[in-house]
Amino acid sequence: MSTLITIYGLLLIALVISVIRDKKKTKQAFLVAIKALLKTAPSMVGMLGLVGLILGILSPETISRLIGEESGFLATIGAAVLGAITLMPSLIAFPLAGSLLRSGATIMTIAAFVTTLVMVGLVTAPMEIKTLGRKFTLLRNGLGFISALVIAVIMGVIL
Amino acid sequence: MMILIKKWKFPIIIGSIFLLLLITAPDTAQRSLSVSSDYFLEMVLIFPPVFILMGLMDVWISKDRIQKWLGDDSGIRGAVFSLILGTLPTGPLYVAFPMAATLLRKGASVANIVIFLGAWAALKIPQLMVEISFLGLPFAVLRFFLTLAALILMGAVMKLYLKAHPDEAWLASSQDQKMSAVPQQKE
Repeated sequence: MSTLITIYGLLLIALVISVIRDKKKTKQAFLVAIKALLKTAPSMVGMLGLVGLILGILSPETISRLIGEESGFLATIGAAVLGAITLMPSLIAFPLAGSLLRSGATIMTIAAFVTTLVMVGLVTAPMEIKTLGRKFTLLRNGLGFISALVIAVIMGVIL
Repeated sequence: MMILIKKWKFPIIIGSIFLLLLITAPDTAQRSLSVSSDYFLEMVLIFPPVFILMGLMDVWISKDRIQKWLGDDSGIRGAVFSLILGTLPTGPLYVAFPMAATLLRKGASVANIVIFLGAWAALKIPQLMVEISFLGLPFAVLRFFLTLAALILMGAVMKLYLKAHPDEAWLASSQDQKMSAVPQQKE
């Protein structure tokens, strides 16, 4: 909700300033926006479906079983992979991670899950490729995954 | 027709899986559908204003200015600016991709864009509040600084790599877009 207010507030301010300064340029900005929106529409619709499929098929209980019971580095890697392929709002992910931590998962595993969840996005990768290119996307997500594992190990050792 | 199918390949595949699920496991399909429709509402509200903001950004902010703020020579100030830009509460990561692409086309450094995207996804201030309350302050603080360090390192590596091996396909496609975005100025 606060996100929406922020965005629409920003838009209103920007639009007012833009219209006052130059009507023609403002119109041009709308054309650019419509073109960009149409270009990304297919990947947006696809992503929408994919998120639904993943969260519909994998229930919270399944996710918790996969990374909760087994300990050891294999569970950590599993958690990292799961974090990379799922896309869920952090408002849901943090409480889930907290409950997993309390039900016996290691810090390392939880850190791996949380970090890949926010750093790596397989679901959003098609959209990232479309807008930022294949090389950029592969490098960013690949390096992000490796970093997440390193971060998880460091956190597991320190905490 | 073929181009249309190619363009909509990803949603068509997802749609077929949905249909398959609807026949084999209607309960799961229903659950998936309700998740998707929740997200749909969110996206319908968020995307139009974001794209218009991007359009305004594209029209008003000149290439030189972005180059100065976020370009290769922007140094630490550019990195800090990218970090701040990324931590502002402005929605999910997929909103940031087109924005990052615009900045990149306007001459922002790859290193700064990596920091921007990473901060957007992993270092948001409101997100941090929730993290502290569920996972504890030490966890959240340690993750914040380790992630920041990783992003700076990743940015540096990617900048060097993409300078040596540029993404020709992406450069070509963004060239088209630039030309089609401002047709009036050509004539």
